[in-house]
Amino acid sequence: MIGQILQFLFSGLTNGAVYAVIALGFTIIYNATDVINFAQGEFVMLGAMFMYTFVHFLSWPVPISFVATIICVAIIGMLVEFFTIRPAKNADIISLIIITIGVSIFLRGVAMMVWGKNPVAVPPFTGSTPIVFMGAAIDPQIIWVLVITLIAMIFTQWFFKYTIWGKAMRACAVNKKAAKLVGIKVERLVSLSFALSAGISAAAGAVMAPITFASYDMGTMLGLKGFCAAVLGGLGSGIGSILGGFILGILEAFGAGYISSSYKDAFAFLILLIVLFLKPQGLLGQGEVDKL
Amino acid sequence: MNIQFGSIKYQYIGLFLLAILLSFIGLFVKNDYYLNIFVLIGIQAIAVLGLSLLMGYAGQVSLGHAAFYGLGAYASGILTLHYGFNPYLAMLCGIAISAVMALIVGLPALRLKGHYLAMATLGFGIIINICFKEMASLTGGPSGLVGIPMLKLFNFTFDTSISYFCLVWAVFIILMLLSIHLVNSPFGRAFRALGSNEAAAQAMGVNTHIAKLIVFIISAIYASLAGSLYAHFVTFISPASFGFICSIKMVTMVAIGGMGTLWGALLGTSILVSLPEFLTVFSDYDVLVYGLILIVVMIFMPEGIIQGSLKLFRRFRYKETNV
Amino acid sequence: MRSYVYRGGLFLFIFLFLFVFSGTNSFAKGKKPYKIGALFSITGRTSFIGEPEKNTAIMLVKEINAHGGINGHPLELIMYDTEGQEQNAVAKISRLILRDNVLAIIGPSLTGTTMAVIPFVQRYHVPLISCAAGIAITHPTKYWVFKVPQTDEMAVKKIYQDLNRRGIKKVAIITVSVAFGRSGRKQLIRLAPEYGIRIVADETFGPNDFDMTPQLIRMKAAHPQAVICWGTNPGPAVVAKNMRQLDFNVPLYMSHGVASQRFIQLAGKAAEGVILPAGKILVADQLPNSDPQKKVLLAYIKDYKAHYGTVPPCFGGHAYDAIYMLKMALEKVGPNRAKIRDYLENIKGFVGIDGIFNMSPTDHNGLTEKAFVMVQVKNGRFVLYHY
Repeated sequence: MIGQILQFLFSGLTNGAVYAVIALGFTIIYNATDVINFAQGEFVMLGAMFMYTFVHFLSWPVPISFVATIICVAIIGMLVEFFTIRPAKNADIISLIIITIGVSIFLRGVAMMVWGKNPVAVPPFTGSTPIVFMGAAIDPQIIWVLVITLIAMIFTQWFFKYTIWGKAMRACAVNKKAAKLVGIKVERLVSLSFALSAGISAAAGAVMAPITFASYDMGTMLGLKGFCAAVLGGLGSGIGSILGGFILGILEAFGAGYISSSYKDAFAFLILLIVLFLKPQGLLGQGEVDKL
Repeated sequence: MNIQFGSIKYQYIGLFLLAILLSFIGLFVKNDYYLNIFVLIGIQAIAVLGLSLLMGYAGQVSLGHAAFYGLGAYASGILTLHYGFNPYLAMLCGIAISAVMALIVGLPALRLKGHYLAMATLGFGIIINICFKEMASLTGGPSGLVGIPMLKLFNFTFDTSISYFCLVWAVFIILMLLSIHLVNSPFGRAFRALGSNEAAAQAMGVNTHIAKLIVFIISAIYASLAGSLYAHFVTFISPASFGFICSIKMVTMVAIGGMGTLWGALLGTSILVSLPEFLTVFSDYDVLVYGLILIVVMIFMPEGIIQGSLKLFRRFRYKETNV
Repeated sequence: MRSYVYRGGLFLFIFLFLFVFSGTNSFAKGKKPYKIGALFSITGRTSFIGEPEKNTAIMLVKEINAHGGINGHPLELIMYDTEGQEQNAVAKISRLILRDNVLAIIGPSLTGTTMAVIPFVQRYHVPLISCAAGIAITHPTKYWVFKVPQTDEMAVKKIYQDLNRRGIKKVAIITVSVAFGRSGRKQLIRLAPEYGIRIVADETFGPNDFDMTPQLIRMKAAHPQAVICWGTNPGPAVVAKNMRQLDFNVPLYMSHGVASQRFIQLAGKAAEGVILPAGKILVADQLPNSDPQKKVLLAYIKDYKAHYGTVPPCFGGHAYDAIYMLKMALEKVGPNRAKIRDYLENIKGFVGIDGIFNMSPTDHNGLTEKAFVMVQVKNGRFVLYHY
């Protein structure tokens, strides 16, 4: 009984950690640009696929592959911003949403061309013998997921609190014009925000891929659920994103375990709807949500 | 968003010309395969027409409209196949269900703005799609519903491509007429005002919340009707046709055609439904090309192809940059 | 004024569009080649089924044409990809029948896609030889529909026979929610009492699911003596992996849907010890020499290897049998859909890859469970477990 609960808990924490990082990615870009990046999930997918290429095809050692993956996807993030968001400048919300959806479709199409449509197996970092703990079996890769996502979260918080760029980004989020007036180069920061967001998403993708499989279309659902987590925690709040991610993951795992596993995916969106209808700012969201 | 009004007289002329064009197509295209494509354009155009009322005129975004399309299709499919309902009654049931769902979702969702509304409709669309997949005893699950009966009117069965072609486009023209009158009526002016500037509309005394809700329900009804027609045409439906991608395609059709207009809906649908036929060369890359088209059109011609081309045309003609 | 430009643009587009299409409308369909259509899941999750079918079909058509075609007529194969999705199959079958005017169609590869296209071949009177396993395809018999693979009912019987041999009575089943899985689940439940088997847990998973731990946790709690998983890759590979991750170590049986090296690739070490029913081709070299199919099997394997460099996965055999049947039909009765159908219905004693076929008006599959053998995964290979 305890074993079963613990099992679901760990499953929830693992997925929750991934959702938390994706949610963080949304928040970073949202804070810097007011854009909801629908292509966020594709960054996770690219992280997983690049990891597969480096480890399986090029046979590079895991740590180097990991770092290379993050760098590659961060660059792709910057390219996306440069080619699609920057030219759109003052477009209205619908247009921006459609553009990011277009980017998501495009990235998925490229991934399909490059890596094919078949799911691929990424080798685990340290083997796959489960660790049995109080009646629950824990795949060692889960530990890696938790560790790495935790590092990503801590890094992000440190970045925003203590580095000059982080502080500059927070300034942009508060008031872009004022930030420009004090000499902050907003355009560079927007680029940086995409790079950061893509990088941490890639890290999450790279570390979770060995648990299941990687495929060109794994990003869509993940991105959408990560968004649900961001809204749950409060769009624009870093801590909120992390909290939202873990809560979503755990609720989903227990829902799948005790209520129904077929409707597992629906839980995230149900929660999204409930949050939007009751308290759109989410748990920790600041600022008003446009309501008329 | 640019809002386009042509006077009613011109719209009628346009409809007349459309009818003539359709007659030509019906008479001269003999191959069923191509006729089917036109039928599909007609069916989708009905759904997209409704969506353009919502997005273009009332300025609201819906990323989950495939749900209403699917609800109409499944209502028709399940009620006629498993319960022997009269297909027209089943269609009405589908419309009723979609309208009620639109009311339930719209009431809280339409209070939100911008990307929050988009997200709410997105969530709704995905939940409905998951229900289609999981309620297998009712819907046939991921493998779908096979053998949906065809439509009959008195003794005549709509079982040929040409008969369905006439049916679908007749319905489209009727709905187009209705929409034109709706848009030009006092109510239509109210929701166009709200699409233009919500705060100003409220200041003028328009009850924006009710107006948004009504347009949302109307657009859901159009989509549901289209879905029912789809079910009886292809006689096979599966959840895969009514998911996130379908919703996005519908939004793209509205956007590409020109978000401010009813005719734009027809144009956008014609282009996007027939595009895969032109793209068979690229068959695997059509996903990529699709995404590319979306991005490029939204960046450079956010008001849609027609308005965008008009702008370019005017630029060349008048050499002014102030459009 | 603007509206004129509008409508002008619209009509211009439609005329252009019409112009493009009317040209390709109807020019004389060449009398000489015999056109047959093929629908396989060449790409997507189930590409491991469709690709060998595609390769085999292309290889055989090439060979047939190299030997002078069929009574002098070249054989033309028009093949489309369903990606394993029902609505693609429906769209493409429409194209094959209405635009390409084929004489007969082989495929689709999956139960779901087959069920979706059956109404169309029935409506337009085109013989179809499906390469899918679901029993519903041929039970009840449909006039124009045949199938070559062994039926899932036979697969279930073979598994239950093995459970009886091992004295296992309590099983937990986990099946995929698409047609193939639902059909398998139906057979598992229906035949269980006949073999004295009790099903203590009954779970399902979606075709795109990557995490079955919630279902497996519940199954583990029911204390089964064995687990039967029914699906096609990658789902079953995930189930196998998840079971190891959860330290859930009971005998694991799979369906013939994973009778391919791909399953072993995806599941890795978790595939060890898995038992499943499979066509004889999977272990052709391990069969006794007295087996009447061995010669045909080895010849096909040699041929495929010469062409493509690898041993043909099981599924390629379905395309082999289907093409050969059509070849025989066309040779005997010529390019007539109804006559082809009649010929197919009366095939007797055809030694194919999937088995020895004996068709009849009430049996459009023509096989018994003797067409299956039981195999087990040992050291990353399939080994004959029970003949």
